[in-house]
Amino acid sequence: MNHPVGYNADHRLRWTEWLPWVVALAVFFLLPDYLSLGARVLTYILFALSLDLILGYAGIITLGHAAFFGLGAYVTGILSAKLGVNDPLLQMLCSACAAGLLGLATGALVLRTHGLTQLMLTLAVAAVCLEVANKATPVTGGADGLSGVTVAPILGLFRFDMYGRTAYLWCLVLVFGGWWLIRRLIYSPFGAALTGIRENSVRMHAVGAPVYKRLLTVYTLSAAIAGIAGALLTQTNQFVGLNVLGFEPSGELLVMLILGGVGRLYGAFVGPLVFLIAQDFLARQFPEYWYFGIGLMLVVVVLFARGGILGISDAVIARMRRKA
Amino acid sequence: MKTRMSLCVGLAAAAMACAFPAAAQTVKIGLISTYSGPGAAQGDQIDKGAKLYMKLHADKLPPGVKVELITRDDTGANGDVAKRIAQELIVRDKVQILTGVVWTPNMAAIAPLTAEAKIPFVSANASGAKVVGMSPYMARVSFTLCQSAYPLGQWAAKKYKKAYSAVSDFAPGHEAEGCFVRGFKEGGGEVVGTVRIPLANPDFVPFMQRIKDAKPDVLFAFNPAGKQATAMMKAYGDLGMDKANIKYLGTGDITTDEELQGMGDAALGVITMHHYSAAADRPANKAFVAAYKKEYGADLNPGFMVVGAWDAMDAIYGAIRAQGGKIDPDKTMEILKQYKSTTSPRGPMSIDPETRDVINPEYLREVRKVGGKLANVELETITTAIKDPLKEFEKKK
Repeated sequence: MNHPVGYNADHRLRWTEWLPWVVALAVFFLLPDYLSLGARVLTYILFALSLDLILGYAGIITLGHAAFFGLGAYVTGILSAKLGVNDPLLQMLCSACAAGLLGLATGALVLRTHGLTQLMLTLAVAAVCLEVANKATPVTGGADGLSGVTVAPILGLFRFDMYGRTAYLWCLVLVFGGWWLIRRLIYSPFGAALTGIRENSVRMHAVGAPVYKRLLTVYTLSAAIAGIAGALLTQTNQFVGLNVLGFEPSGELLVMLILGGVGRLYGAFVGPLVFLIAQDFLARQFPEYWYFGIGLMLVVVVLFARGGILGISDAVIARMRRKA
Repeated sequence: MKTRMSLCVGLAAAAMACAFPAAAQTVKIGLISTYSGPGAAQGDQIDKGAKLYMKLHADKLPPGVKVELITRDDTGANGDVAKRIAQELIVRDKVQILTGVVWTPNMAAIAPLTAEAKIPFVSANASGAKVVGMSPYMARVSFTLCQSAYPLGQWAAKKYKKAYSAVSDFAPGHEAEGCFVRGFKEGGGEVVGTVRIPLANPDFVPFMQRIKDAKPDVLFAFNPAGKQATAMMKAYGDLGMDKANIKYLGTGDITTDEELQGMGDAALGVITMHHYSAAADRPANKAFVAAYKKEYGADLNPGFMVVGAWDAMDAIYGAIRAQGGKIDPDKTMEILKQYKSTTSPRGPMSIDPETRDVINPEYLREVRKVGGKLANVELETITTAIKDPLKEFEKKK
């Protein structure tokens, strides 16, 4: 009931599922001035999708997802600025592999624990990554950030332009790929196993499911997707700062996902969209006080809409059906 | 006949429509600063400096030319946010000149954008040594750390033999340490130890105890301007290092005019080198401080970031005047390169045409009580025009 998307549900695409892509393309043609914001929203959607996969479906609580996001961002940045590898596809691949490996290594440790211990360990992993990046100044640029990132045209054809047209479409393609992969996963038996682990891991052990292996697989995969999101951030900004590894992106991401709705796939679309647009709008109207607006929005959602914004729309639709 | 007539009228109207906006030029300036998060206090100074200048100099613009300031929040040292809002200011708001920026990484992130879009940028604060060179459309009127740390090292070597350096562990700290140590050693002094204190570490006592045990004559300190400097100063006082005859030295960042009152008597006698003090008695500064207090309250002192923003606006207004309100990016950069000011609150300053970096005066100051309040009293003018020493060192190589 709370999680309408899953193995038991009808896995055919509904017409509403095409809606985000239609909107995204419409934005490209109708709002050319907002493409840089659009690219940022898309990057965060991919990042939120990766978190939803482990938090919403597998029930792994994390406050350190930025470790993979940041690693992906730095791998792309270092490849370009220090090693002269400017091909965006290659950068993307390396970022995904590096973040996936880090996911595998840290997941092997983190996933042996539960609850608060797990939360603290994920936080610790991110903090260690941050400090490494801060200290390794010759490689990462330290607190000054890593500049001098150049990205070659995609497939040698599409140059990253100042208006962010290429960046926007490039982000859109990758988000579409990520969405398609994750959607396939959660409707598969593997996805069903994850939901089972989230709901009752003792019982999953009892039926003989390899719980730890399943969790490690999904954690690695999620880390790799977060790494791709990080690489996107670097490619669209051509700059990497220490803040990508900080606590803020992890925390903000969690806020976005909760705002949209956890464990329902499209919550990861709605959350970043609402959060970043509200942030952009409020920051322009009230540069000094915009955090207040964001805080107010969160309080309202937490008090009145436990399922996030999509939870509200579910409730509204249910009520309308009852009346009809 | 009729159609030709209406065509003529139409053409004339079109011509007038084209000519009319030229009479009321609006120059759009984008100000990127930090309005939220832990760095909001610094960003606020830049905001105040720029707005105060605009308010007092509205009549210094050519007739018919207006300036519109568009402010945006970069939320702190977040290069990616700074880059995005700079992009939006250029693409969406169509600004012609950019200024502001507290943090060096943010300026570095904006650099490629200013080069591609040909938008002149004037740094009001960000002071990393190399960052101005990253784009031909960037200039700086703030300062570099080496400009104060290097002459301070030279000066200290004349009076003291043994020094210990303690800086915050991030790029500007490393720069300050390198320049002080170089100046001190060149002057014949001995550096008995250096330590880099983590930026996120608020407990200074263990570090200070170690320094006290090493018994240097002077302690050179650098922290990012703000609360950390106060905490380190308190540790210095609590451990009785002043009584152990260890003199406390630093760049002006450790005794900023807006933080000074919170430091207490531990700060008394601290010697710093900097390009600006609110307590300076130059007439230009007195008028500036009076205007600031009138606008924002008698208890507030303008810090060096206010001056940075003030002078950035002065340089920009100069460029607007010289071009009669029609901003051409390349001409603007040529004008900025020639920028000289005798009316800056900090004293005579200019921009080095070669590096587009600032040439500053430097003053030796001591914290004293003036009328019951702590103040950075200027003792001596060390130099009236110092270029960034780091770039000069590199030229010699």
